[in-house]
Parts: sequence; structure tokens; C-alpha cells
Amino acid sequence: MTTYYILQNYWWLIMSVLGAVLVFMLFVQGGQSMLLQSGDEKQRAMMVRSLGRKWELTFTTLVTFGGAFFASFPRFYSTSFGGAYWLWMAILFSFVIQAISYEYRAKAGNVYGRRFYDTLLLVNGVAGPLLLGVAVAGMFFGAEFTVTKARILDVQAATISQWGPLHGLEAIACWKNLLFGLMVFFLARTLASLYFINNIDDDALRARQRQLLKVNGAIFVVLFLATAAVILTSGGVAVDDDGNARWVDYRYLTNYLTMWWALIFLLLGVVLVLWGVGKTLADIAFNKGIWATGAGTVLVVMSLFWVLGYNGTAYYPSLLDVQSSLTLRNSSSSEFTLTVMSVVSVLVPFVIAYIAYCWRAMDHDKITTEEV
Amino acid sequence: MEQLTTVVDWSRAQFALTAIYHRLFVPLTLGLGLIIAIMETIYYRTRSEKWLATTKFWMTIFGVNFAIGVATGIILEFEFGTNWSNYSWFVGDIFGAPLAIEGILAFFMESTFIAVMFFGWKKVSPRFHLVSTWLTAIGAGLSALWILVANAWMQYPAGCEFNPSTMRNEMTSFWQVALSPMAVSKVLHTVTSCWALGGAFVVGVCGWMLLRKRNIGHCQRSLKVGAWVGMVGIILTSITGDTSAVTVARYQPMKLAAMEGLYDGSSEQSIVAMGIMRPGKQPADGQDPFVFDVSIPYGLSLLATHDPHGYVPGINDILAGRLNGPDDSTSLSVAQRMERGKNVKTLIADYHTATRSGNKVAADSLKAAIKDDFSHFGYGYLDTPEEAVPNVPLTFYTFHVMVTIGGWLVLFFALALLFVYKPAIVERARWRRLWYWLCIITVPLTYLCSACGWVVAEVGRQPWTIQDLMPNKVAISDLTAGYVQTTFWIFAVVFTALLVADVSIICKQIAKKSVCDLDRSEL
Repeated sequence: MTTYYILQNYWWLIMSVLGAVLVFMLFVQGGQSMLLQSGDEKQRAMMVRSLGRKWELTFTTLVTFGGAFFASFPRFYSTSFGGAYWLWMAILFSFVIQAISYEYRAKAGNVYGRRFYDTLLLVNGVAGPLLLGVAVAGMFFGAEFTVTKARILDVQAATISQWGPLHGLEAIACWKNLLFGLMVFFLARTLASLYFINNIDDDALRARQRQLLKVNGAIFVVLFLATAAVILTSGGVAVDDDGNARWVDYRYLTNYLTMWWALIFLLLGVVLVLWGVGKTLADIAFNKGIWATGAGTVLVVMSLFWVLGYNGTAYYPSLLDVQSSLTLRNSSSSEFTLTVMSVVSVLVPFVIAYIAYCWRAMDHDKITTEEV
Repeated sequence: MEQLTTVVDWSRAQFALTAIYHRLFVPLTLGLGLIIAIMETIYYRTRSEKWLATTKFWMTIFGVNFAIGVATGIILEFEFGTNWSNYSWFVGDIFGAPLAIEGILAFFMESTFIAVMFFGWKKVSPRFHLVSTWLTAIGAGLSALWILVANAWMQYPAGCEFNPSTMRNEMTSFWQVALSPMAVSKVLHTVTSCWALGGAFVVGVCGWMLLRKRNIGHCQRSLKVGAWVGMVGIILTSITGDTSAVTVARYQPMKLAAMEGLYDGSSEQSIVAMGIMRPGKQPADGQDPFVFDVSIPYGLSLLATHDPHGYVPGINDILAGRLNGPDDSTSLSVAQRMERGKNVKTLIADYHTATRSGNKVAADSLKAAIKDDFSHFGYGYLDTPEEAVPNVPLTFYTFHVMVTIGGWLVLFFALALLFVYKPAIVERARWRRLWYWLCIITVPLTYLCSACGWVVAEVGRQPWTIQDLMPNKVAISDLTAGYVQTTFWIFAVVFTALLVADVSIICKQIAKKSVCDLDRSEL
């Protein structure tokens, strides 16, 4: 096993951590999707105050996820973003309108009125998780692209990554991708309810969120089981040591069975997710479900990334030309760059530490109606 | 080819649009972040309620501006992938690293501590709050540092090598990328200019409040910090501007020539202080480039080489290969570089043929030949030598507007500081309203100055996405012009709507708070 090989795997591990944390942090979007459902202005104000302290972290995680993908696997960045143009543009627009809404919604002179900004938050709350789910699902189920590096020498048609004419619209229309996206959306809403219950000290709001948790949690479990069934019965692209790719049945199931540790992460994650939701619903005094379900979410998403990219599997299969499929080996940065980036990644624990410290300092006293 | 040009143009237009909007807000974030941190430090040391009120006043403005800066920033990062996918592959190995470091080191710092800064007054200790405010400002500065390093690398691609096997450039030295002369001068020049803009903004808002005789004490406190930050900022901007000129002269002589509208260079080259360029002027057409101009003898030689007798090549000289003097026989003309560039492309194709057939000796020999001539690679895509010339009038005028406003800012901050410490001068003067109006007018002028600086930097390096290596037309994604046109107009509408809201909120906040007692604050 060469250093380069280890670095490529290490950076896929980092991407899996960032992706998992991003999915967890989508509770912000899940919470936004509930804002207009809340008829009580006070409750809405508390929810906004609570989310307003966290949205930047979700946003930053998304930006860092993108930046890290660019640095470590530039061919994915080049192929997916330039190819699935409409999908990524829709995701970006939804985050652009989120970024200003928290700050502007209650400010005098905001031109368009509070409800307009709350609607923008709703749009991001629904479109963000749904479309990010669709984008990630494309990594399991494939996308319509080809990659021909030699094209860069041809000035008339120099783009190395070519995509189908719909440029991402077909990904949104694919039922498998949509199923995945809906699963992520309802996970975000489930996490949001757990977060509100933990972060806001208000009996009426907590009771309301428990009701929503029951519904969203149940829908999420059904969608998760359906998505898991589709993924585990789907084929994937296996790549041999010489870089030759071919479609293989039950690739992701095989990977779980081969990589037992990924399976343990998956099962442990599922148990934690269910325990967090179940305990919160069963015990009215329990408000720490977000941590169990959040940790479970992180474990499940990490394990999904691992079966997606490890064990000689193409993490972005091409539906048009299997040899164009992207793998950790053919899409990564050079060994030198990955080494440099790995040195930088040593700082990640410090970043996590200060985020945890600030989070704790800010959330030590729960949000109340008096505060807002 | 017509279709390709349209896609290239629309992709450029979209990137320019999003970059312009982003750069409207980020300089104020950088400048105001520092100013707020200084103000809160004074509050922390004095525990004066007045300084707390002043800090909070500017913090509100900072928050509104910060949000839209974040909103417009995310598009820019992802646009490298969505609209410039070939670029992302060709240099992602180098360019991606600063972006990722920016995310890990700077964005998380900003996003974590800004929450403490805004919501933590009653939740954390004053010391921790102060540290959070400083870390927010430092985080913003670090963010600027890494994105400017990335931008500088596009202007001067150092620390990398082309790998014909992977068909991309790969990093060979991180420090050459991060500490190249272009990166150092760009970071210092840009960040310090943001301090000047932040200072001008504070002085301008105070000018408006003083015009209405509101919160004079708050204005005096704000002016003290704002004018000093602005003064230090503009002096450092001037000094680093000089360094930038030398760097540009060395690594991007075509840009310098365009900045000065210089077609035929010479030793002891004068600099055009002001002038009107001749419409329709083309390289080597024999016409005087200026209808009217006022020049300073030796000026450009001094600026570009720090030697009044130094040689500065003009556009015609660069096209003809006279980079080091009229008798230069060592430099290549653009036409020759185009030939070399086309040859490199042939060598790369041959390299792949040799590799596929297992001819290692031939492949190694071709690899060495590719390495020798790769600095000309991008020229192989040009159709004519004149394509290597940027938009000269736009570069010339924006450069001169920038310098002129920069000169005014030095005088402006000097006067502002004088009036801060000798307020009686302006308070008793009959022209005090004129001065307050000048303070207000200087705010948009400073924005114009900042925008012109970016136009010089980005238009002046055309047609290159990466200097000498990749022209725009090769860097794009495989999209139709209609797709990019659609997103362009969506961006235009959304960002303009957000700008309207942003300006409206800021004006409203200033107006609303200016009638409150800003000598008092409650935690």
C-alpha cells in the first residue's frame, strides 16, 4: 500500500466526516421548513433565535465540504458541478437566500417584509436538504457524463467533462435520487425537532415539537428503509488495480459485507438514531435526543461514504461510459497536494474543540420567551 | 466558434457580476471588523458605557453587511466548478488547496465566533466576548488571505509543474504558491485597502450624523478609530501599491502596459498622470494612443523598476518580443510563443501515444521537452497575437481613477485626523457643512476606488484565466450560452434585490440609531 493510496483513502475519510457533519447540521434547514407551520409568533421567534446561532455553521460546513472536495478530488468538482449545472445552481440559490434572511427578516427597512424572508428560509429549508440528497444520491446511482482528458488539447471543444443535455435536471427527475433527497429532508426535520426540544425551554413548543417528531420521525424511518433497500440492491462500479471499471450487481451490499467495520458503524448509527427519537418521544423529561440521533446520523452517513468509495468502488459511476467513472485513484489531487492538505487537517481537532466550546457557552442557558 | 465565444462571454459576465457584488460587501466586513474589534478593546479597557454603545452601533451595521457578503461568496467558490470546470481540473490540484484551507481555518473561525459576538453579550465573559470579536475579524482576514493567495496564483502560477500523464498542473511547492511575490503584494494591498474603506465608511456615516447634529460624542469616538484605521490603511495601501506595480511589471508586463496605455515603451519612460485615449486605437497602427495626456517624466520607469532610467516595454514591444529593451534578442514574440504553445500540445499528444505503446524512452524525452516549453502552453490556444492584449481603455481608465481617488483618500484621512484632534477648526468654520458632505461623498468614491482596483487586476490579465497557461475560452464548462444567460439574469435580479435590501437596512439602521442616545448602552 503506497503513501499516495493511503492519502487518497485518508481524504475520502475526511470527506465522509465533513459530509456526515453537514447532514447532521441540516437540522437548521429542517427547522426552517417548520417556521411557517408555527402559527404562534413567540414560538417562531424562539425557533429563529435558536437557529440563528447555528445557520452559519451549516453554511460553513457546506462551503468547506465543497472546498475540500475541490482540493482533494478536483475531477469530481470539475465533473459534477460543471455537469449537473441546474442541480447545483438550485442548491446554491437556496443557500444564498438563506444567508441574508436571518439577519434581514426582523430589521427595519428590509424592503420586502418579514414574511418574505421567512418564505426564503422555508425555500432553503425544503430545497437545501432535498437537493443535496439528490446530489449525493447521484454518487450511488450514477450520472450521465463522460471524461476525456485529451480533449483539453482541442480548442474547439476543450472541456474534458461532458454531460447530457439536461445538465442535472435529469438527476432531479430520477425517482431513486428523489427518494434519497426526501429521506434527507425528513431526517433534517426529525433532527430539528430534537434540536428545538433541547435548545428551547418552552413547554408549549416542546409539546408541539414532540408531535412533529412523531410524524417526521415515522416518515423518515419508512423512507430510510426504502432508500437502504434500493441502495443495497443496486449495482455499482467496481474498479480493478489497473483502473478497469465494470458494473457489478449488489456492489454496496457486497461492500458492507466485506467491510464489516462499515456495517458496524451503520448498525450502531441506526440504533442511536432510533434510540434518540424513541427516548425523546417516550420520556417527556428527556431533551438530549439530538445528541444520540445526531451521533447516529454522523455514523450512518460516514458508513455510506465508505461503501461508496472504498474497496475499489467508483464513487461517481458514469451511466454513459463506465470507464469515465470517478474513483479515489483517478480523481484525486497529487500526492504532494494531499500531503500538504493532510498537514492542514491536523488543525481540524482544534477547530472542533473551539466550536464545541462556543456551542456549549452559548447554549448553556436555554432560549426562553423572555429572551426573545 | 461563435457559440463558444458566447458561452465564454456569458460565463465571464456571470463571474464578473457575482464577483462585483461580493466585493462590494467584503471590503467593509474586513475594515469594519477591525474597527469594531478596536472599539471593543477600548470598551474592555475603560469599561465605558459610551464605548460599548458605539461598538454595538457599528456591530449592527457589520452584521447586515456580513450576511450579504456570505451569501454572495458561496456562489463564487462553486462557480469555479459550475462554469469553469476545465479550469477546476487543470489546476484544481493547486487552486483547491487555498480554498479548502480557507474553509477549515477561516470560515469556521468566523462563523463560530460571530455567533458569540452577536448573541453572547450576556452569555460569556467580557474577555471572551472581546476575544470572539477579534477572532471574527481575524477569521475574515484569514479568509481574505487565502482567497487572495488563490487569485494571485492565477496571475502568477508559481510552485507547480504540468504532469502530461494526468493532463493537469500539480503543486510542487506550497510555499511558492502561498508566498509568491504576487501573493504577498496582493494580500497586503487588498487587505489594507479594505481598512481604508472601512475607515472611510465610518467617517462618512459620522459626517452624515454631524450634519444633522446628532450624537456628537458618539461621532467623535467613532471618528477617532475610523480615521486612524483609514489613515494607516491608505498609507499601507499606497506603499503596497508601489510593490504591486513592480510585481506586475515583472510578471505581467502586458497588464502594466495596458494600465498606462503604453504601446511603445522606452527607457526613462514617462507616466501618464491623466489622459484621454484615442478611440479605436489598435496595436502597431502608428497612431498616438492619446488624444490628450499629461505625463510626468521618468514616472513609469521609476514606478515599474525603481530606476528612472529603467526600460518599460509597451504593448507593441511585448507583442514583438522586446521585453528587456529595444535590442532584446532573447525574448520571444507572442507569435513565436503561439508556435511554441501549439508545439507543446503536439508533444503532449505524442507523449500519450508513446506511453500507450510502452515506449518509455520516447515518453521521457517528450516529457522533458514539454517541461522546457510549457510556459508557452496557453499561447497555443490563441488565434492571433493581438488576442493577448487586454481591453486597454478600460484598464487604463480604471487604474487612473483608482490612483486619483487613492490620492484624495490620503488627504481626506489626514484632514479627518486633524479635525478629530482639533475639532474646533471644523466646528467654527463656515465650510463645515461642505466638509461633512465631503465625508459622505467619499464613501461611494472609496467603493469606486476599490472596484476599479479589481477591474485593473482582472481585466488587465485578460485573456488569461491562468497567466500564460490557460485562456478563458479553454477554462469553461460544457454548457450552452442559454443556460449561462439564464443563471446570469437570475443572479442579476436576486443580487440586485438583496443589494437594495442591504442598503435600505443599513440606511434605516443608521437613521434609527442616530436619534437614540448613543452615549448609553444596556448589556
